[in-house]
Amino acid sequence: MEFPFVLLIGLFFAAAVYLMLSKFLVRVLLGVVLLGNGVNLLLFTNGRILREVPPIIPQGHDVPATLTANPLPQALILTAIVISFSFFAFLLVLVYRAYQDLGTDNGNEMRLAEPEDDPLPPTGY
Amino acid sequence: MAANPADLSAALVLTPVPAADWLVVLPPAWCILAGAVLLMLRKSVRLQALIAIPALAGLVVIDALLLAHVAANGPVTMVMGRWLPPFGIAFTADLTGVLFALAGAVVALAGGVHALADIDASGRRYGFYPFLLLLMAGVSGAFLTGDIFNLYVWFEVLLIASFGLITLGSEPRQIDGAIKYAFLNLIATTLFLVTTGYLYGIFGTLNMADIAAKAAAGRAELPLMTLATLYFVAFGMKAAAFPVNFWLPASYHTPRVVVSALFAGLLTKVGIYALLRTLVMLFPVEREELSFLIVLVGVATMLLGALGALGQSDIRRLIGYVVISGIGVMLAGLSLGSPGGIGGAIFYALHSMVVMTALYMAAGLAGRLAGSFDLNSLGGLYGRSALFSALSLVLFFAAAGLPPFSGFWPKVMVAKAAIDIGAWWLAAAVLATGFLTTIALGRVFALAYWRPAPMALPVQTMPAGALLPLVLLTALTVGFGLFPERLMALVQHAAQGLADPRAYIGSVFPEGK
Repeated sequence: MEFPFVLLIGLFFAAAVYLMLSKFLVRVLLGVVLLGNGVNLLLFTNGRILREVPPIIPQGHDVPATLTANPLPQALILTAIVISFSFFAFLLVLVYRAYQDLGTDNGNEMRLAEPEDDPLPPTGY
Repeated sequence: MAANPADLSAALVLTPVPAADWLVVLPPAWCILAGAVLLMLRKSVRLQALIAIPALAGLVVIDALLLAHVAANGPVTMVMGRWLPPFGIAFTADLTGVLFALAGAVVALAGGVHALADIDASGRRYGFYPFLLLLMAGVSGAFLTGDIFNLYVWFEVLLIASFGLITLGSEPRQIDGAIKYAFLNLIATTLFLVTTGYLYGIFGTLNMADIAAKAAAGRAELPLMTLATLYFVAFGMKAAAFPVNFWLPASYHTPRVVVSALFAGLLTKVGIYALLRTLVMLFPVEREELSFLIVLVGVATMLLGALGALGQSDIRRLIGYVVISGIGVMLAGLSLGSPGGIGGAIFYALHSMVVMTALYMAAGLAGRLAGSFDLNSLGGLYGRSALFSALSLVLFFAAAGLPPFSGFWPKVMVAKAAIDIGAWWLAAAVLATGFLTTIALGRVFALAYWRPAPMALPVQTMPAGALLPLVLLTALTVGFGLFPERLMALVQHAAQGLADPRAYIGSVFPEGK
């Protein structure tokens, strides 16, 4: 059952890396979103895909009656989803603000912090 | 609960937690609480500093008490919700973590005081102090947690707080720097999460003590090299190691100077701490295998950082490169793996937290006093304030690793550990880095402090109280330079605790699981 998931994760990562290599920030942003989702799938698969049985212990038992789904990866993914979504929201605003202030979404043209004609330090006293 | 026949003693802590153990969770809890109060009082600009600075002083006291507790009794563990480890999220304070947390708290207090002069009313309304407290929550949590997924969560807490700090002011230049900082750091933490996913898939546990014990037992069959390598890349990126260091010089000079100071003191060191925790404590055999790669990265980082510093005319960017070069020395210590090497790396990290913060503060004051950050137009600072110049010179020497200041001893430890295993070229690289850094910073002193001002620039006066944190941090670097014995013994003890985590594991699993 894990194998198709592995292929899917590979696809997610490949697409994310491809998008993040772009110089346009909107594409990089989409790459970051895909990467976050790929990682969530990776966490899910790493918890092993077991039976689709909720991990609930019936009354009168000390242990689950059958093999159940692993609940921990779902808790991890929930945390990761919340974090990656809030980061996505922040980056979206940041990129939009950069577009407003710098007039471009091309990373190569963003040279305000590191100007190309940065003066060299003086060579003499 | 009579209807439930399950034996709770196997899963829950049934005895009350000793009062002293509550200290373990207090640093992040205290910071979150103070941060939340400050956030609610965001509009009362006058109250912000009045609450934040005592809160940061309180954090220093808590961390100092925790250090005394841990130094006397060994690692201390507390689990959330009384679930027994490995089920509950454990907070484990060992000597390494507490030393880092205490140094971080001192740096944050100095930054909070310095911000009185550096952050104006609009910056405070924007939320400088809440962000600082939440940043400290993330930093303290990362240093004290005993759970690897929880470490990821604290990384994200400090990252989102740092996003708020780096964009404080919203100038176009800052937005530009923040974009590079935000994207590259986010990719690094995502890589950390990927690795943690694999780690969970391999071990089925996230508790660091549990992982250390299981890794030692099942090393032969498990693909631990993958984990160690991925962690090295992820945390190397956070620590700004070559060749993944380019986000740091692109962004650290753009925010308010006190923000740069805090970042230089805290953020890259969290990366180094995580490297120490994972590579030395969890995967020591794999670190040994990787040591040649780590040492190459370390030497390249320290030399290229120092050479980069030589080529900068903006003193804030110059100091950014000095920060990077220090990371190289820590990686060199890490690659050696001997108690001297690891102890040197920890000592250097503590020294670097204090000195890099102070250097950025000094650069900010120099910029105010001389009206520019550019070496081509800076000048005449010695004539304006002799005391400030003397403090700056001490910091420059400390950053370059000259005696009798705190940068000297860790470099001695790393160089000696390198010579002990015959790696004379590594010791030579450490010395060459110190030499290049001396030239870069000595030139700053010659040009900005001694040289008469080349042009008349509009200058500001030294704000009252801005020197105070600088004096405090300089006193620390002089103090630990003159009397290093106590700290040296502590870091060697801490390094032994990392290399042989029996005490750490014993604190999480008292029954000797």
